[in-house]
Amino acid sequence: MREVPIDGRSVCRLRPGWRLQWEETQQRHVLLYPEGMVQLNDTAGAILAQRDGQRDVDAVIAILQAHYPEAPAAAIAVDVHEFMVDAAQQGWIRHD
Amino acid sequence: MTDRTDTVTTNGQTGAPLWLLGELTYRCPLQCSYCSNPLDFAAVKEELDTEEWIDTLTQARAMGAVQLGFSGGEPLVRRDLETLVAEARRLGFYSNLITSGLGLDESRIEALREAGLDHIQISLQASDPDVAAAVAGSRKAHEKKLAMARAVKAAGYPMVLNVVLHRHNIDRLDHIIALCDELGADAVELANCQLYGWAHLNRAGLLPSAAQLVAAEEITARWRERLAERGRDMQLLFVVPDYYNDRPKACMGGWGSIFMTVAPDGAVLPCHSARMLPMRFPTVRERPLREIWYESEAFNRYRGDAWMSEPCRSCDERHRDVGGCRCQAYLLTGDPAATDPVCDLSPDHHLIEAARREAERDTREVQELTPRNVHESRVFSRT
Repeated sequence: MREVPIDGRSVCRLRPGWRLQWEETQQRHVLLYPEGMVQLNDTAGAILAQRDGQRDVDAVIAILQAHYPEAPAAAIAVDVHEFMVDAAQQGWIRHD
Repeated sequence: MTDRTDTVTTNGQTGAPLWLLGELTYRCPLQCSYCSNPLDFAAVKEELDTEEWIDTLTQARAMGAVQLGFSGGEPLVRRDLETLVAEARRLGFYSNLITSGLGLDESRIEALREAGLDHIQISLQASDPDVAAAVAGSRKAHEKKLAMARAVKAAGYPMVLNVVLHRHNIDRLDHIIALCDELGADAVELANCQLYGWAHLNRAGLLPSAAQLVAAEEITARWRERLAERGRDMQLLFVVPDYYNDRPKACMGGWGSIFMTVAPDGAVLPCHSARMLPMRFPTVRERPLREIWYESEAFNRYRGDAWMSEPCRSCDERHRDVGGCRCQAYLLTGDPAATDPVCDLSPDHHLIEAARREAERDTREVQELTPRNVHESRVFSRT
């Protein structure tokens, strides 16, 4: 495990072999991995769906802030950062 | 198979079959005496063809199935595997190939990868060719498996190895894990064999002793520490045989809860062992999959808790372990609705204790167990 902290410039990628997918029948995003699945809540799904392999954490935050103008911008930034740190600890994502 | 999506339906609402296991064929070049296939597999003649499998996958996906296992027998025996994988990918499945590695080569790995296969799991029988050959009935299989494990990794897949443990290889666990480490595995399932099908037939010759299990768990724990010290990311999953537990497993997360198997002839089952139960399972040739899952008598029979008898019926833990495994209840007591005898509250728990004692007295070598092959299977075939 690398101990590089996640900051605004980090680009987060799904762990190799993992896939994020919207499941129509479940009405949510899921993370698929060998012989298993993580069923994501709305927030987690919305955050992971904004990664495209290029965007850094700050870019993901900016997009979500534009999507949800009624939500406090600072709270979105905190949520995204905390989620990315948690997702990295769980082994769902890797980051530069 | 290890199921990490352990949700149990208790509210009476039947959920979607999130997991589909496609047993493409019962044909297999190996003869492992711990195989979980039905004893009478040789009676199954008419495998679903390519179109029937595509139709089945399409129906299952529309119902919400998303994890797909291609299994068998040896699924690589099917020449249309690449076609089915491509269709699965197009439909949005996450597809897992569960294989012995026999029938694989570099070009087929590449073809499967291009078709969109997500994951390959290769099984190993042992750390050395002699034990492997005695278990699987093939001298060449071991080298081939090692070569294919490396090729899978070279193709960019994580290397996930599955080693079925039993009394004849569990004492070599240290060497087995060392081999997996040397191969560069990312994850290793050390799964004590589940005692169904051929494994149940050979039970007394497969079940390890309590002392063997304790030693194996200690070896696994030591390896985990050593790997962590080296910063080596190789996950070790150790699965205890439930004959040594005092509570049963929540089998398949509950009957007809999240898991569905389609057998080579299209029979739809709540798990890959269930076809030996004294009941009839509809096939995809007879009825739409949706109807089978939601409405068939077979799938509804052991859903919820109304079917339970004592001691399960009044037990606080009945929604945690769903009464255990119906196949195990039937194999040991003759009653598929009984409490799984693994539970020490079951009046039949003495059968588990007797099985452990019987295994301790069994002195057979691994090559003396009954091999899983067509010849032996005909003995059990009804037709």
